[in-house]
Order: sequence, then C-alpha cells, then structure tokens
Amino acid sequence: MSELAPFLLYFAAALLVALTRGLPRQVILLVTPVVTGLYLWLGIEPGTHVTFTVMSYELTLLRADKLSLLFGYLFCIASFIAGIFSLHVKDVKQHIAGVVYAGSALGAVFAGDLITLFIFWELLAISSVFLIWARGTERALKAGMRYLVFQVLSGVLLLAGALVYYHNTGSLTFDHIGLDAGVAGWLILIAFGIKSAFPFLHSWLTDGYPEATVTGTVFLSAFTTKVAVYALARGFAGEEILVYIGVTMACFPIFYAVIENDLRKVLAYSLINQVGFMVTGIGIGTALALNGAVAHAFSDVIFKGLLFMSMGAVLYRVGNINGSDLGGLYKSMPKTTMLCIVGALSISAFPLFSGFVSKSMVMTALMQEDYGYFWLLMLFASAGVFHHAGIKIPYFAFFAHDSGIRTEEAPRNMLVAMSVAAVLCIFIGTQPQYLYALLPWEVAYWPYDMTHVLAQLQLLFFSALAFVWLNKKGLYPPELPSVNLDMEWFYRRLVPVGVQRSLNLLRSAKGATLTRATAQMQGVQTEFGKSPMAKYYLSESWPTGSMVFWISAILAAFILLDIFGLGH
Amino acid sequence: MSDEKEKTYLFDRPENVERLLKGFYAICILLVLADFVLHRHIGFDWEKIPAFYAIYGFVACVLLVVIAKKMRNIVMRKEDYYDE
Repeated sequence: MSELAPFLLYFAAALLVALTRGLPRQVILLVTPVVTGLYLWLGIEPGTHVTFTVMSYELTLLRADKLSLLFGYLFCIASFIAGIFSLHVKDVKQHIAGVVYAGSALGAVFAGDLITLFIFWELLAISSVFLIWARGTERALKAGMRYLVFQVLSGVLLLAGALVYYHNTGSLTFDHIGLDAGVAGWLILIAFGIKSAFPFLHSWLTDGYPEATVTGTVFLSAFTTKVAVYALARGFAGEEILVYIGVTMACFPIFYAVIENDLRKVLAYSLINQVGFMVTGIGIGTALALNGAVAHAFSDVIFKGLLFMSMGAVLYRVGNINGSDLGGLYKSMPKTTMLCIVGALSISAFPLFSGFVSKSMVMTALMQEDYGYFWLLMLFASAGVFHHAGIKIPYFAFFAHDSGIRTEEAPRNMLVAMSVAAVLCIFIGTQPQYLYALLPWEVAYWPYDMTHVLAQLQLLFFSALAFVWLNKKGLYPPELPSVNLDMEWFYRRLVPVGVQRSLNLLRSAKGATLTRATAQMQGVQTEFGKSPMAKYYLSESWPTGSMVFWISAILAAFILLDIFGLGH
Repeated sequence: MSDEKEKTYLFDRPENVERLLKGFYAICILLVLADFVLHRHIGFDWEKIPAFYAIYGFVACVLLVVIAKKMRNIVMRKEDYYDE
C-alpha cells in the first residue's frame, strides 16, 4: 500500500478542486487532509523507501522515518484546520494554491534526495505566492514579488549546493550534510536559512505574510518555515552556529513586535521568534534538544495558526488589523476573543498549554549543555513572547480602549477551525505523552515538575505585571500608525533611492559637462576672434548653405573640365 | 441603534477591572511566597536568587519595552513611507 507518495493525493485533490464548485469542493478540501493523514498513520511504516527513475536518475519520492512522518502528520492537521477556516472563500485560485502548497510541503518532508527536495522547495515558493497575490491590492502584488525573489533565490542556492555536494561526494542523498561539506554545506545552509528566516534574511516573512489574504496567512504560517526547520534538523543537527543564529532569531524580533502596529505583522515577528527556539534546539543537537525543536514546530504550527486565524477573523469582520484602530472587540466577538486567548496562552508556554511542553525541552537542553548566557537570553525571549504575543495581541485587539467598533462574531467555519486548533493546544499541553511518543529521538522527558511549573508561572505573571505597571504609568508605547524600518529597507529604499540618486547624479554630471564644454568652446572662439587670424576671410564661420554652394560650384567646374576633355 | 440600547459589558464597569487586577496581584504575591516554601531544582547559580524568575521576568519586560520605545526614534517612519 505504501508505494504512493502522499503529496500525490494533494495534487490530485488540487485538480478536483479546480473542477468542482460549492459543496463538492468543500468536501474535497476537508477530506483530503483526513485521508492523507490516515494514510500516513496506518499505511506508511518508518523505513519505507520509494524511488522513481526519470532519465536514468533515481528520485526518492518517499523516504519515511519518524522525523518525516511527524512533519507529515503535522502538515495534514494544519491543512485540515486551514481548510475549515477558508471554507467560505469562493476564489478558486486561493484553494488550489493552498492545496498545492500543503502538498508541496508534504513532498518536501518525504523527499529522500536533494533534487526532489529542490523541486518541492520551488513548488512551495510558487504556490504560496498566490496566497499573497490573491489579496488583489497593489501592495500585495509588490510584496508578493519581493517574497518570490527571496524564495526562488533560496531554491537556486539549494540547487547550486546540491550540485557541488554531488561533485564532492558522488551522492545526492538528503541526510546529515553539516558544514564539514564545505561550500556545498554553506550554500545549502543559506538556502535553508532563507526559508527559516535567519536574521538579515527574514524580511520576506514580515513583509509578505501581513499582505496575504485573511485565510492565506494561516496557510503561509504553517508550511514554509516548518519545512525549513525539518530540513535543518535533518541536514545540520548539532552545528553550533545554529545556536547563535537561533538565539538571535528568538531575541531581536520581540523588539519590533512591541512597537509594530499591524497585528498580523506582530505575529509574523513572533513567528521568527518561535522558529528561533527550534533553530537553537537543532544547533544544540542532543536528542532532547532535537526532540524539543521538532515538538515545538508541532505545537507552533497549531497555536500560531490559531493566533493568525483569530487576527484573520478580526480583519475579515472589521477590515482593519492595526492595533491603533482596534480595541473593545470582545464585546462583539467574545468567542474569537476566548479562542485567541487560548492561542496566546499556548505561545506564551503557560503550563497546561502546548507551548509549555515543547519549549521547555529546548530550555532544559540549553541548561544541560551548560549554555548559561544563551539560556538567560532565551529566558528573556520567553518573557518577551508573553509580552507581545500573549498580552499585546489579545489586549489591543479585543480589550484596551473601546474603539467603538461593533461587528459580528466570526463566521461559523472560522470559529470551528479555531476551536479545533484550541482543543489541540490544550490536548497537547495536558496530555503531552501522545506528542512525545511521536518524537524521532529516544529520550525520557516529562515537563510537569514543581520547578518548571513554578519557574514558568513566576516568569509569566511578572512579565504580565510589568505590562500592567507600564500601562498604569503611561510608559507603554502607544500603538501608532507607522512602519518600522527593518532589513527590507535595504532593497525597498536604499537600493531604489540609491539608483535614483546615482541616475540623477549622472544626469546632472552630464548637464554640467555639456555646459562647461560649450562655455569652453565659446571662450576659445571669443579669444580667436580677438586674435589677428580672425581678420582672414577663411577663418570666419560660414553658413552651411554657402559651403554647399561652393562644393556644387567646384563639382560643376570638374564636370565641365571633364566634358571638354581638358583634364586628359 | 441608540446608545442607550447597548448593554454594559464586563469591563465597562471599573470595579470589574479592579477585581481582576486584585486577583492578579494576589497570584503574583503567592507565587513569590511559594518560592520560599517550595524547593526548586537549581541548574545555574543565578537560579539560587530568591524569586529569580519573577525578578527576571519583570526586569526583562521593562527593559524590552524601554529599549523598543527608544528604537522608535531610529526605525519609525510614516505609514506611507515606502509608497512615496
């Protein structure tokens, strides 16, 4: 039975989605992830290996082990939830893009060689950009273009890395690569790094995701970065540089998140922060840390999806997602408020919610490996998450000052999708043994002991206390309609303005040179006019007409001479 | 659609906000007290400081906000900055 690569089910479904309307299409959208999920669960054993030969090259379309299966289950759950959330959407291209995108993510995590990985890597890029473009605004169009440039660049680097790797090792199998592989290793690491939003390479995410459609962002938040986390866990586990990168990723976005006004962009920054925890875990490379990294990817997809859904519901109902314009929405959207709070508690790693049981593994691994200062920084990042995602998001959207906006509760399908996600957050948080049983590496770990719970509660409650105190003192930065400069400034402002300035400079240089040259010429003429030479007839400037006249006269003279044979 | 018709919601009453905050402060105090009663495992030396996590969480968040506010002076631009 397990000869069939799971992505094929999704691609077939995408075809059916294109051909159907209304209820049948909705059924396909919901049945596909369920069927694929069951197939992964029941039909594919770890160790399955399916190859496909094309032009004498062997592609490994299905390589299943506990690591790829874990991500496979996750992507089925994510596309199921996102499918429910987008059931009301009529726009067929968004549905096709969503299904192909989820299918490509499945293709990528089951890819056994670098070429197959590359193919799905690019399919992820191409399918996902339609979820941004579908918004239909000019901003979305441009942001999608910038997003696509980054994604395709990542693919090109991956292909280049794969070719160098093949040249050096004679193999294209996608297993541990490591930086010992030299140039190939670095190229592939940077390719993975772009998709997992490493610092300086992250702006496609914070630039693109907030511009996507209400439902598109929910899809986007689930797949691209998590495929990259999977790829890093498989290819670069234990590379110490990832600890430095991961800690940076966990720390710097929280500052932006505090002052950002667009609440979906706040979530985009907090997405980078959460991926930072995963990257750190991969960098530490012990069994506990790696388990923590992938477990955190699992919980993150669900709670981040929940948060993006709740903000999507607000955007859908209110038509605006700027913190400066919202507030008091708990009055008209009480259910969305409650569900958003479940997501907020999960991302903040509150005990009994999903973030707690996965993030604590990474923190414990940092402690075990004696990364003291990094541990402190990650603790800072943990407090910061609660501050911006746990409190800021629900507070400014649903509470704060009453903006006077009265609207309706989110549509039923959105509420169902958010409820499924919320139930999973609490289920994983209270019954972590089921998630732990799926983790790829063997290690005994249990998050609920007195130390952990007490420490985490103190950290979170006093972070909240800081928020309350700063708010009461009026020290909390107000939400302001604004944009904050980040890495995209370099290519959205510096380069265009630089090019414009250079062109202007060249243009004015050309003008100045011309003026100067003309003046020089005139100066020479004036000087010449003063000289005795100017008195001679030949030195005067003649009109072109007179020259033509004299040339004609000379020619006529020659012809006459020739006619009369006088020249011979 | 007149204003009189709109009902009063949970946090429209200041006393409810007050109640919520009082409960919150009480939990904060209890959590600090628990630190003196219960024994935490110690991994790093700095964890030995009483109520370490509470102090760290509070200071971290205040620092975060203060630095982020300062950052606004450098990075904040008008909303249409890139559209010009």
